[in-house]
Amino acid sequence: MEPKEDHQEGEGVMQNQVSTNPLHGLGALTHRELKKWYKEPIVLFISVVQPVIWMALFGKAMNIGGIFQNPAVPRAVAEELMKSTFGTPDYFSFMAVGMLSFVTVFTSMFSGMSIVWDRRLGFLGKVLSTPVARGAILFSKIFSAVIRSLVQSGIVLLVAFLLGLRLGPSFTPLNLLGVFAVLFLMCMGLSSIFLLIAIRSTRWETQMAVVNLLNLPLLFTSNALFPTSIMPEWLRMISKINPITYGTDAGRQLLLYQTNASQLAVDFTFLGIFAAIFSTIGIFLSWKYLSK
Amino acid sequence: MRDDIINAVGLTKVFNGDVVAVDHISFSVREGEIFGFLGPNGAGKTTTINMLITVIKPTEGHATVCGYDIVKQAGEVRNRIGVVPQEYTADEDLTGYENIILCGDLYGIPREVSKKRAAELLELVELTKFKDKKVETYSGGMRRRLELACGLINRPRVLFLDEPTLGLDVQTRAAIWDYIRLLKEEFNMTLFMTTHYLEEADALCDRVAIIDNGKIVKMGPPDELKRDLGGDIITLEIQAGDVEVANLIEEIPSVKEVKKQDNTYRIKVEDGEKTAPMIIEAIRNKGYAVTRLSLTKPTLDEVYLEYTGKSMRDEQGGRMSVWSQRRTIRKARA
Repeated sequence: MEPKEDHQEGEGVMQNQVSTNPLHGLGALTHRELKKWYKEPIVLFISVVQPVIWMALFGKAMNIGGIFQNPAVPRAVAEELMKSTFGTPDYFSFMAVGMLSFVTVFTSMFSGMSIVWDRRLGFLGKVLSTPVARGAILFSKIFSAVIRSLVQSGIVLLVAFLLGLRLGPSFTPLNLLGVFAVLFLMCMGLSSIFLLIAIRSTRWETQMAVVNLLNLPLLFTSNALFPTSIMPEWLRMISKINPITYGTDAGRQLLLYQTNASQLAVDFTFLGIFAAIFSTIGIFLSWKYLSK
Repeated sequence: MRDDIINAVGLTKVFNGDVVAVDHISFSVREGEIFGFLGPNGAGKTTTINMLITVIKPTEGHATVCGYDIVKQAGEVRNRIGVVPQEYTADEDLTGYENIILCGDLYGIPREVSKKRAAELLELVELTKFKDKKVETYSGGMRRRLELACGLINRPRVLFLDEPTLGLDVQTRAAIWDYIRLLKEEFNMTLFMTTHYLEEADALCDRVAIIDNGKIVKMGPPDELKRDLGGDIITLEIQAGDVEVANLIEEIPSVKEVKKQDNTYRIKVEDGEKTAPMIIEAIRNKGYAVTRLSLTKPTLDEVYLEYTGKSMRDEQGGRMSVWSQRRTIRKARA
């Protein structure tokens, strides 16, 4: 059977103009996600304030450097101990960069939730009935998580400066771009993973449970809060496959340490591959599994 | 064949390997008609619609919409159809206008075009005054009208409506019916709708298919289906009955058929007004008391009862569909 011509001429039947761009809709869907965030003052406020609170309370309360501020420990020794453990004389700076990863991890984790809601509220079904590329549906979620977490990280970084983050000897403003590039890759990979977990789910309870199960282990098996050099061997092995370790290390290389170019290259390569693999799997599976 | 805009052959959907939601159904819809799928919740209506709008893939069988295969040419189908889902899918955090524009973007319609169309459509569904209000402030009828407008942004040739008036009050429902009729006349659009309101199918549809347990049990124009029932129906309740009563009734010449359910008899008769007194008389003569009698002219209700053997009441649907219906009804009445 020959398919009929698009639209016959005649009353009320009009020519349809359709974009041939396979990415059409990506911008619109991403913008929709972000609108829900920036148009809702309370949501915006909380998402900005939360990392700041973490930063100020956790970062200042865990005053590890204070342990060595003891007359029995010579000042030079204390400084050396801190430096050899954390790579910087002050724990707050060390932890502040870890907090950037922390914010990224949390924002990525919740990207899975929104796809569950879209499914439950029927929005996903409607989008699936339009010619939007299936990959664009997933990618709009990834990009909105990335943009959100970059904005949040920027604020965290600003607050960290105000609270006394000490920049390293090789820091230049250009390094900031590097930090955001690292966070971009990390968030892209992580949110792809959490979206993949959610891709067929209809229960947000399951998603909540997954997030609760994974968030702290992900952080504790990385160098975000504590250096891996003083971890037991088995834990260090785990931290070697944890992308957060690489993201945080790259952040520290760029902000705090005398930058070690080869280590930085390793970090970027690992994160680049990590983000590429999981977002590709994401595109592939969303064609296959978004519709039942 | 050329006039069939939707053509389904042996369409089947099995969920999780053993739940047969739609069981080898075949039907075709002609261009320009309003075709209704009628059946209780869980009968397979929404599953059928979801297959036709390419949201789920059939387990077996195939179908074409506008001449394109729903699996192999899903993109072509998607460009040519509009969908008004059962649920209110508009984003509550956005305004009505933003929602329509979003839909336009999803179809890849250039902004200049979609802006113009959005203005027209808002006018059509009489929401222009509220276009910059957030959808969460809309009433059920307004939400449904907005969904209609969203479904029309790509000027579809076929519009799929899943339970378009679920949960709406009678007046709003009538208003939505007017819009649907208007669409058909104005745009010569083909409409495929599902409903579990019999009067809705009766009022709107050119043809209906009665679907039960995933199968089409009867298909045709509502009037024809009613005519096929042949005559009026008398429902009779007596105090204590036995088979003898049924025989008694059947002896009356204008009685065509008697069906017994507990103490209730469904009697198909010609010329109900004249036959009813005869039945009462016959039963009285044998010493039984008639406690209740009603006479109905055939409606789709009776057609439904006739072909499915049960009255149209809600059946158990899946977890998702129960949720979604509750949510829709809640919003409709908000």
